[in-house]
Amino acid sequence: MKYDTDTHAVAVAHGHATFMGLDSRKMAFWAFIGSECLLFGSLISTYLVYKGRSLVGPYPHEILNIPFTSFSTFDLLMSSLAMVLALAAVQRGDMKQGKLWLFVTAFLGLIFLGGQVWEFSHFYHEGLGLTTNLFGSTFYVLTGTHGAHVTVGVIWLLTLWVQALRGKLGPANAMTVEITGLYWHFVDVVWIIIFTVVYLIQ
Amino acid sequence: MKSWLTTTDHKRIGLLYFWTAFAFFLVGGLEALIIRAQLASPSGIGVRAETFNQLFTMHGTTMVFLALMPLSAAFFNFIIPLQIGARDVAFPRLNAFSYWVFLLGGLFLNASFVAGPLFGAGRLSVAPDAGWFGYANLTSRQFSPGPNVDFWLLGLQILGIASLAAGFNFVVTILNMRAPGMRMLRLPPFAWMTLITQFLVITAFPVITVALVLLMFDRLFGTHFFLPSGGGDPVLWQHLFWMFGHPEVYILILPAMGIVSEVLPTFSRKPLFGYTVVVYSGVVIAFLGWGVWAHHMFASGLGPIADSVFAGATMLIAIPTGVKIFNWIGTLWGGQIRFTTSLLFAVGFIAMFIIGGLSGVTHASAPTDLQQTDTYYVVAHIHYVLFGGTILGLFAGMYYWWPKMTGRLLSERLGKVHFWLTMIGMNLAFFPMHLSGLLGMPRRIYTYSPELGVAGFNLVSTIGAFLVGIASLVFLWNMLRTHREPVTAPANPWNAATLEWAIPSPPPVYNFTVIPTVTNRLPLWQTERHGPMAPLPERPPTPIHVPGGSWWPMITAAGLPIMAIGALGRFLPVVFAGLLILIVGIYRWAFEPFEM
Amino acid sequence: MPLVLVAALLLLTACGGGPFPQSVLHAEADFSRELDGLFKNIFAWAVGVFLVVETLLLVAIARFRARPGRPEPKPVHGHTILEIGWTLAPALILVFIAVPTMRTIFSSAGHAPEGALRVEVIGHQWWWEYRYPTLGISTSNELHLPVETHIAVEMTSADVIHSFWIPRLAGKRDLIQGRTTRIAFRPDSTGEYWGQCAEFCGASHANMRLRVVVESDSLFQRWVDHQRAAPVVPAEGSAEARGQQIFRRSACIGCHTITGISTAKVGPDLNHVGGRATLAGALFPNTTEMLRRWISNAPAVKPGALMPPQNLQGADLDAVVAYLQSLK
Repeated sequence: MKYDTDTHAVAVAHGHATFMGLDSRKMAFWAFIGSECLLFGSLISTYLVYKGRSLVGPYPHEILNIPFTSFSTFDLLMSSLAMVLALAAVQRGDMKQGKLWLFVTAFLGLIFLGGQVWEFSHFYHEGLGLTTNLFGSTFYVLTGTHGAHVTVGVIWLLTLWVQALRGKLGPANAMTVEITGLYWHFVDVVWIIIFTVVYLIQ
Repeated sequence: MKSWLTTTDHKRIGLLYFWTAFAFFLVGGLEALIIRAQLASPSGIGVRAETFNQLFTMHGTTMVFLALMPLSAAFFNFIIPLQIGARDVAFPRLNAFSYWVFLLGGLFLNASFVAGPLFGAGRLSVAPDAGWFGYANLTSRQFSPGPNVDFWLLGLQILGIASLAAGFNFVVTILNMRAPGMRMLRLPPFAWMTLITQFLVITAFPVITVALVLLMFDRLFGTHFFLPSGGGDPVLWQHLFWMFGHPEVYILILPAMGIVSEVLPTFSRKPLFGYTVVVYSGVVIAFLGWGVWAHHMFASGLGPIADSVFAGATMLIAIPTGVKIFNWIGTLWGGQIRFTTSLLFAVGFIAMFIIGGLSGVTHASAPTDLQQTDTYYVVAHIHYVLFGGTILGLFAGMYYWWPKMTGRLLSERLGKVHFWLTMIGMNLAFFPMHLSGLLGMPRRIYTYSPELGVAGFNLVSTIGAFLVGIASLVFLWNMLRTHREPVTAPANPWNAATLEWAIPSPPPVYNFTVIPTVTNRLPLWQTERHGPMAPLPERPPTPIHVPGGSWWPMITAAGLPIMAIGALGRFLPVVFAGLLILIVGIYRWAFEPFEM
Repeated sequence: MPLVLVAALLLLTACGGGPFPQSVLHAEADFSRELDGLFKNIFAWAVGVFLVVETLLLVAIARFRARPGRPEPKPVHGHTILEIGWTLAPALILVFIAVPTMRTIFSSAGHAPEGALRVEVIGHQWWWEYRYPTLGISTSNELHLPVETHIAVEMTSADVIHSFWIPRLAGKRDLIQGRTTRIAFRPDSTGEYWGQCAEFCGASHANMRLRVVVESDSLFQRWVDHQRAAPVVPAEGSAEARGQQIFRRSACIGCHTITGISTAKVGPDLNHVGGRATLAGALFPNTTEMLRRWISNAPAVKPGALMPPQNLQGADLDAVVAYLQSLK
């Protein structure tokens, strides 16, 4: 293009000197999280509207395993802690720690996902399929949507980790890690709500 | 060609949006004309019931999602960065992605018209046929066994992604990319209404996405979210749909209100009367718009308490809407009004929108709505607000910004023919519908009893609809003929006040030679408080870097319809192929060197 | 423009009921009259507002047209008192609309007084089933009601959502599978009232019509007694008897009830089908010719009709038609 020269980028467009003084990607991510709140809000509302309206069992109290899921919840909370440590390390340029904590975050996410896979298959063997009753449908769609979010987060974290291993992630990319962290914490908070609504308040 | 496929320039994407949406507008209009031809007399012209149901479903879906929203998006794209003094939107590639997803989603939906043979349907068209709000449980596998509803629910999911991506992009663009000094209360009203619209988009679309996903599970995997046979409730669909659907109405009308708020001051040579009130009434409308969804469901028997709450909340919306109308009249009052085509359409917008707004009050009242909902009276209402409102507003914007977008002026003479034909046609078409409705003609019927006494009104409606069709062809001709003319439009042909008029028509690829510093709301005007802004230098004092373009937005977007095709054919490998394209596209996009 | 509407409305209202069987402007029951009164009240306000605002708009564009030599307009940015005024004015008008609205919402919520005649309406694609639980009878498509009697209607659907609408008697209400919805009304005068389904319900939505016969107490009682009676048994050896034979061994019994012959409930009850004035969801007059066409190929005359074409020809078809017509 005619004006495509490499001389210098226009600062105002690149998130350094934005009007609000906030990185554009970060702001977009907050907007995205706002949107996601409505997504999970609708799914949780659907779950609540259909609570106790299943025509046949298994019913929630017969099948939900609170101790097991409490462990998963704890695991996911710890992954948020690891995420905080990863971001702090990247921000101060300590890539050795950064790599470690990025991996730990992703690994804890994987454990959570493993727990969910185990839980789903266990429920399935207990007779709760996706189409068995409204509880099954609302439960699998709600927790499955969350699980899909965790999966995306794990892939994202592992991508950053690989980038870090290849030496392509440094303090200059701290904002990328920060946004990843925003996403990860959001997914964690959503889980706390789901855990409360689905498991604790029966 | 390649430069258009890979473009990330907001102006080119704006033009792509414009032409694509205008093409869909003509398709939706053609569907409307077939509907009107069929209804001109009780016996019709032989359109089959099934075909008729496809036509009105696709007419509504096309006009809402493929014509009006993206026509507004064309202006968001082209005009917003110019109005706020930016070089581009915040995320140019995401912007391109939005366009390609919209285009492919629209093509996917319309492919249903010729996809019949692929599904062994025995006839050509398997277009969606359950109405544009697709009420459960008619949309269930049991009552809609064909692929028709699948096309609809998959197509709308794709289009929702386009809208959401654009929503995030424009929220950030307007908040973050403003030129220095462009404080919130210095934003042009169109930028304000766009910002409000985008907040509605990012909060409303997740809700319909959930509704569509649940419906998809019902249809593809056998769940019972909306099926009473498994304990589900079809009314849940109505709640979810209208929690999206009512904000959607404001998503459609607020941009047009923004356009009118630009056009009236320019051609009255007066600042917008009560700018802050107009802005805040837009915010109030959007806010209230979230709390009124159940007024679409008064006939479903929600009970007197819910009816009262929703009727009351709905009536409240009349207040900020009325305030806007009074402020527009206040803008005209005492001005020096130049009767350009753009101004005529803006005044036409006010005149027609009042009618739609007032008939809206008659069905905000829950009891009277019991005689109006699902009749032609409501059809008249939605067309007075969405045609008399949104489309007239968009036409005002097209005549206003056409020189900026193309560097050529539209013919004012043809423009006036277009305006008067449109006004006469739309009133002939939509006004008698009030009467057909009050005389007991339900909507969505392909035939009616001659004894109802509505045949005469229907014939008039049909004549009016064809006049609107002719008017649209006049406009199409007006646009096409300018393309043979030289680029002669001045930078500021209307002597308007906002920043997009400070740069040449059409704008250079970098928009502004230097980013202006804004000190007031009407930078190009002389007012009692300030003089016009100093002209920008003709050449950039320093080289400006403009990004080259990228294939990945389009490739990533292509993954979505491929996934939808796989879901449609229940063929998992195709779904995974689409997903793979999507993932690869996202990765290449993320790691592509792309500097602004 | 609304002046045209006002004129048209006055004209239409003055026309009386005759030419407009589904007009909401010709109310013939307490429920519909209440809605009509409220509508006309709101409509009057709307016309007033319309006249004021459109006049202001027209005056503005006529008076302030740009003319050469006129001075630049004063750059007025707003006016606080005006803003407050035109915020409060519509709010005040809305009070006058909201109060009667709320009152009517509660008075028309579907609660019938004690002793009202109960009617259950069940929507089907694309016909109406009516049951009178206190009278022990049921019928379809043509609803008979006694005049000046409170009617309590309870509604549900057997399949998709429908909406029960008899404009001159009552506002519409949806029929939803798994839910019961209610309306209540009291017809003023005898006569035949038309209605049709108002919620899009599939291929033949346009053909899902209904008739309501409001009649005097004595006629209604006679109709009820007649419905309670067993269906006519044709005389030995007659064409009707042959028709009954064919009916008994054909697919008909898979969907329809005729007491003593079949008990299926997929399609309408045929015990007294010959006595109804219309066929197929009040779509056609109940004539020999239409009944023949209906039985031989229902989907051809009513798109999507669930009754498949019947393989009956010539004398067999005539016999079945004769039999059904004898079921007065």
